[in-house]
Amino acid sequence: MKDWQYRLAEHRGTLIALAIFIVMFAIYTANHPAGFTANVVQTAANKGALLAFVAIAQTLVVITAGIDLSVGMILLLTNCLASWVVVGSPMETAFGAVLVLLAGAACGALNGAIVIYGRLQPIVATIATGAVFYGVALLLRPFPGGSVNEDLADALTGKIFGVVPASLIVLLAVILLVWIPFSHSVYGRAAYAAGSSEPAAYISGMPIRRGKFLAYTLAGLVAAIGGLFLTFFSYTGEAAYASGNAYTLFSIAAVVLGGVSLFGGKGSAVGAVFGALAFRTIGDLLFVFDLDPLWQPLFQGLILLAAVSLGAFALFRVKNRLEWFL
Amino acid sequence: MTANALPQFIRKADPAVLTAFGCIILLLVIGGIYSRSFLSPEYLLQQLKVASFLGVIATGMMLVVLLGQIDLSVPWTVTAGAMMACAVAAYGPVGVALAIPFGIFCGALIGAINGIGVAYLRIPSMIVTLATNAVAQGIMVIYTGGFSPQDSATDAMRYLATGTILGIPNAAIIWLILGVATVFVLGRTSFGRSVYGIGNRERAAYLSGINTRRIVMIAFAASGALSAFGGVLLAGYASKAAQSMGDAYLLPAIAAVVLGGTSILGGRGSYMGTVAGVILITLLQSILSVMQMPEAGRQITYGLLIILMLLLYGRSPAIR
Repeated sequence: MKDWQYRLAEHRGTLIALAIFIVMFAIYTANHPAGFTANVVQTAANKGALLAFVAIAQTLVVITAGIDLSVGMILLLTNCLASWVVVGSPMETAFGAVLVLLAGAACGALNGAIVIYGRLQPIVATIATGAVFYGVALLLRPFPGGSVNEDLADALTGKIFGVVPASLIVLLAVILLVWIPFSHSVYGRAAYAAGSSEPAAYISGMPIRRGKFLAYTLAGLVAAIGGLFLTFFSYTGEAAYASGNAYTLFSIAAVVLGGVSLFGGKGSAVGAVFGALAFRTIGDLLFVFDLDPLWQPLFQGLILLAAVSLGAFALFRVKNRLEWFL
Repeated sequence: MTANALPQFIRKADPAVLTAFGCIILLLVIGGIYSRSFLSPEYLLQQLKVASFLGVIATGMMLVVLLGQIDLSVPWTVTAGAMMACAVAAYGPVGVALAIPFGIFCGALIGAINGIGVAYLRIPSMIVTLATNAVAQGIMVIYTGGFSPQDSATDAMRYLATGTILGIPNAAIIWLILGVATVFVLGRTSFGRSVYGIGNRERAAYLSGINTRRIVMIAFAASGALSAFGGVLLAGYASKAAQSMGDAYLLPAIAAVVLGGTSILGGRGSYMGTVAGVILITLLQSILSVMQMPEAGRQITYGLLIILMLLLYGRSPAIR
């Protein structure tokens, strides 16, 4: 194989996700009453960016062959925290935002510590920490309420130069400042290697523990950015159990659509972002086609089921029947 | 020598099961100190009745966990079982007669889809069960129109959930029968031994000539059926089905299985442990509600307790 073929194979998942997104978004805007205008794009970008942040967080954990079922609850927790602290003068607001990000990173670090140093299964460990995070969110906001610095919120959910949605710029910044440095660092490579084959990575002397720990911590941080954005959209904090669960679920759908392997070691956050945007667009298709909103949960569930079943096509590449049995 | 001096049943017992029973006694003592009525027979029988619903659901969860898998579709399988049983009951006498079997059948159907996904398509169980949970939720939302349905439970359902025989709650008797059957199936049938074998190493089980895919499929279908049966009983207890009635059962079911010493990696665990876990969780819930602990505190307590117990018993081996 030539060099470019390797590169194409590496990014195939991302490119497929991009293609799905472009097709879906074209159908969406073509049937939208307002058409392809800056406002339609802005609304779609804001909704999509929120899920994209959670999907990036999920990707960081999934490449280590783990899974974070608490990611939606970290989103709720940081949302509730932000509705208390991201208010007041610009200095206070900035301090509050940093506090929210630190809280998210701390949640992620807790998950990482339990999974890596406590050697627990990521599924059960993150279900349990998710319950703890939800409890803390409920302590912070027993009832929906609170407020947020509206100037900042409007700036970050609005448009720059009247055209480009600000949320997409923040999304790009997260990719450039968090994902790319991480995935190209020694620790990022170690996280990939640990997801691909932990014993092999260990024998090769890679810093797998620190790599995985960093991945979990950054996942918490990015989920907290999502929590901040949720607060910017809603202007309130709300500990809604169903919505936290939905975000966890959709983040898994987004990473699968984005070509990230749930068995670890393969995929990219860029793919997951396009997966998230595509998933949101598919969900919104119901509205432009005037279907009953009651059908939305079933529709999204079926997309999810179809998306995860796509992973089963790997079965056609199985050469030895014993490979079916892990 | 000292070890041999202990009675055999203590030496053979899993330390996790003993710890769980120890915690139950501790909770009873704390509850007794906190309020005298906590130790009254009426209150304890009431707790046993509440524990039975969780016990039925946790039995299914345990089967799946023994395989080294997990069933995250419990919440809406419980709700679907309850809603479908109540829905069928609206169709005359035939419907009333078929209510309970049909509710269980719906659960078994959801479980079978999980089983196909896990056993034949090799999708990780947590993913496929999350997805079927979402689909079941979607179907139920369309069926109910987003509101709690108006259909009510049949008399048979109410009798099973709230009636008593000689002062013992029917629900507890059902749990007892189910428990004895589960102990028999797990310990004395080839199906049960296969479940443990697959949980230890599926590849080895397959090479030993076990039809592992069929066993996994049956276990998931059974888990779905038991979740739905739990939902049917809950609907009988509350006289009707409600939206999100199952949400409160996923975490306790996993917690009960794990606290009872069943390895989350599969292949190891006893039904007595699950019984201890269920009673432990129910007593804990009851003490927390007697102390008027808000929902937030309960969630945090559950989460921390599961992590703590897992750190004591559920750790994976280190790679070396």
